[in-house]
Amino acid sequence: MKVTFKIWRQEDQNSKGELNTYPVEGLTEDMSFLEALDHLNEELVIKGEEVIAYEYDCREGICGQCGVFINGRAHGPHDHMTTCQLHMRSFKDGDTIVVEPWRAKSFPIIKDLIVDRSAFDRIIEQGAFISSKTGTAPEANAIPIPKAVSDRAMDAAACIGCGACVATCKNSSAALFTSAKINHLNSLPQGKAEQHERVNAMTWQMKEEGFGSCTFTGACEIECPEGISLINIAEMNARKLKSLFFGD
Amino acid sequence: MIVVGSGLSGAGAASTLGELGYDVHCFCYQDSARRAHSVAAQGGINAAKNYQHDGDSVYRMFYDTLKGGDFRSREANTYRLAELSAPLIDHYVQQGVPFAREYGGTLVNRSFGGVQVQRTFYARGQTGQQLLLATYSQLYKMVKAKKVTMHARSEMMDLVTIDGKAKGIIVRNLVTGQLERYAADAVVLATGGYSRVFRLSTLAIGCNGSAIWKAHKKGAYFAGPSFTQIHPTALPQSSEAQSKLTLMSESLRNDGRIWVPKAKNDTRIANDIPDEERDYYLERRYPSFGNLAPRDIASRAAKERIDAGYGVGRLKNAVYLDFKHAIERLGLETIQDRYGNLFKMYKKITGIDAYKQPMMISPAAHFSMGGLWVDYELMTTVKGLYAIGECNYSDHGANRLGANSLLQASVDGYFILPNTINNYLVGEMKNEHPDTAHSAFDDAEKETKAFIDKILAIDGTKTVDHFHRELGKVMWQECAMSRNEEGLKKAIAQIEQIKTAFWSDVKVTGGDGLNTELEKAYRLADFIELGILMCTDALQRNESCGAHFREEFQSYEGEAVRVDEDYSYVSAWEYNKGDFKLHKEELEFEFVEPTVRSYK
Ligand SMILES: Cc1cc2nc3c(=O)[nH]c(=O)nc-3n(C[C@H](O)[C@H](O)[C@H](O)COP(=O)(O)OP(=O)(O)OC[C@H]3O[C@@H](n4cnc5c(N)ncnc54)[C@H](O)[C@@H]3O)c2cc1C
Ligand code: SF4
Ligand code: FES
Repeated sequence: MKVTFKIWRQEDQNSKGELNTYPVEGLTEDMSFLEALDHLNEELVIKGEEVIAYEYDCREGICGQCGVFINGRAHGPHDHMTTCQLHMRSFKDGDTIVVEPWRAKSFPIIKDLIVDRSAFDRIIEQGAFISSKTGTAPEANAIPIPKAVSDRAMDAAACIGCGACVATCKNSSAALFTSAKINHLNSLPQGKAEQHERVNAMTWQMKEEGFGSCTFTGACEIECPEGISLINIAEMNARKLKSLFFGD
Repeated sequence: MIVVGSGLSGAGAASTLGELGYDVHCFCYQDSARRAHSVAAQGGINAAKNYQHDGDSVYRMFYDTLKGGDFRSREANTYRLAELSAPLIDHYVQQGVPFAREYGGTLVNRSFGGVQVQRTFYARGQTGQQLLLATYSQLYKMVKAKKVTMHARSEMMDLVTIDGKAKGIIVRNLVTGQLERYAADAVVLATGGYSRVFRLSTLAIGCNGSAIWKAHKKGAYFAGPSFTQIHPTALPQSSEAQSKLTLMSESLRNDGRIWVPKAKNDTRIANDIPDEERDYYLERRYPSFGNLAPRDIASRAAKERIDAGYGVGRLKNAVYLDFKHAIERLGLETIQDRYGNLFKMYKKITGIDAYKQPMMISPAAHFSMGGLWVDYELMTTVKGLYAIGECNYSDHGANRLGANSLLQASVDGYFILPNTINNYLVGEMKNEHPDTAHSAFDDAEKETKAFIDKILAIDGTKTVDHFHRELGKVMWQECAMSRNEEGLKKAIAQIEQIKTAFWSDVKVTGGDGLNTELEKAYRLADFIELGILMCTDALQRNESCGAHFREEFQSYEGEAVRVDEDYSYVSAWEYNKGDFKLHKEELEFEFVEPTVRSYK
């Protein structure tokens, strides 16, 4: 299989980037998309050129470290899939594939396809935890949690922190990411004690980092590898409102 | 305090040490602590809660773990693991882990390989992710409290010792390439497993053995390096270009049945092969454990069938894992509820719907029981250097039971280390804090710089991946599921050749700034040396135990034969200028009589 990659190259945050063209041969349909890039990089090394910098770690769709725009779509042509799960069988022989980094003001480019998503960590830092120290927990079955509640918390908790939602959003909003975490913790009995503070602190930090506001276009939900539902954002807004009345 | 690693063990330790009031610096090579490879664990975590009233107890769990490890771990460690398992579940529930629940609101359990009770807790097929995210949250709680400083995209390159004690590390900033110095009263390594030595494994691409290898070279003994677990249920390799093997959780073996056709080279599609023409070989060989036989046994049995020519799939390197009967028995919905996301993942990768056709699975390198030798307090042979989680050799002996290692990583980090480390610090903190201006830091930094410059200067003709593939092939062939003297000797010679070739012919382009190719290269350089030690270890152990199967030591039925008279010890290797010196920690069994490990 033969394709032509057009890949964004940029030395660092301050330099100007551009799309470079790389025809690649000898690929197979079984290869993952990242393995095709590996293949290209090996060719570049042999030619004495610097490799393309892109991110990945687990390569099984769970760590959230991979993520690029492929032909204008976050994580490539399929819904609900990470970049590392994409295989070359999704392309045709002879295709041209344009590869670009996440584009969002709050995710500055570090090099080529690598961006800085540490803003997500700082949102977490503001309140995505339950303040109880190691060694202070009550017996696990002491507080029964209805299966439906626990399942819903799990749906929200599944977010892998990849940033596709932000990258694909025309407002660069981090609402899907932030709401998923808030709803995970706020819906569980253990998370209730700090629910109001959490929703306020995390949404405040979201703005502080320069992420835009959500206008409910729903683009994020489709690209989200974990299928985190848009309803989470509405729920977060409701929780925010509730905190105005009941928070202190 | 320095903690290298932000997986369950590292982040658990860093946050708890922070709670205790220490000033902690935590490091990881990924862009965020949340990506440590603990995130990828699917199946679950064990605890002796006996919620299912099936006769579970701390003693039973202790016994299962010791037996699962084929009596090559310390009784006391293993007992402690079982003892701390129940409070750990309490701890995670309190942190907001959405474990699976019954309709009545209590926690659900399932069973896992090598065990006949239900003691595994899980959160869909994403247990590791949920535990890690909870731990990451606790870590960031302490970052907010200004007790922990998190350094992401930071790779430990060397350990700094002063007067034989661990006092700091040299770190490479992966964005700028700068070398940085950090000093501390104690250093904790929590850097995970080294199965990427095989190249193809279920580990993340960045997983490495470098941190513990550098510590080994600075005096920390390396224990049981050849004890590596090959997981029976991964997706088979489909091409030479493949970079990793995806695990299909072992929990699938709860309901899935493993088989190959009874006839060689059967070309029919799986669904066309009638039941009487299928060989459910695990059920045949191990009637009482059947498809739930421990991993080492299940992997070896698969290898035996594949090598004998019964393998399936395009490359004949796989076996079937079939849910037909389970779906008939339990209904599609139940199977979807239990394994939905695994079936989805299978479809994404292979394009096949496993509700309709059996999955194809194959053994893959997965877990390292071996690691830095630690005492009961988790301290290595270098004073002030601790190793926790998968990177140490502690509780699993020669084979780890499924769902026991999220447990081990967690209790090491949250419960054990934050208690034991004080015994050392009590004396140590009376002394002056170490200073990064000390000449030991100069030396270590110079060494690291020379190491990197040397790699960049070679400018040979072959890529890093080329050498990694070569190493992987040798290791997989000779030092994986089945080993023999001749093969191991040959492997050592071959790896020596790979080492020479690497250091004269590797080509790494780009400079010493952000350079992913350079990262791969220096990690591989360490893997090559580690590979030699693994083969050396496998060669000295003239017995079969757990994951270590020496072909010369098997019964006529092909089962492992342990030689307790001579090998009831933990091998702990000392690095000695490129050579390795063996030390033996004799294992004493006070409470359990080692028996033949039978799952028949
Ligand atoms: C696919 C898969 C599925 C699994 N499923 C299960 C399961 O169901 N149940 C179970 O009990 N166990 C399971 N395991 C095993 C278990 O997940 C691991 O053993 C455990 O999570 C290891 O935790 P850790 O904290 O030791 O290491 P990790 O989580 O691997 O963390 C290592 C950390 O060290 C850092 N690091 C490494 N090297 C360096 C360096 N040189 N410099 C700086 N930082 C470094 C990394 O950045 C990372 O933060 C599974 C393993 C795999 C691979
Ligand atoms: S919400 Fe979805 S798209 Fe956004 S970071 Fe989480 S997993 Fe990625
Ligand atoms: S590499 Fe981990 S999600 Fe893609």
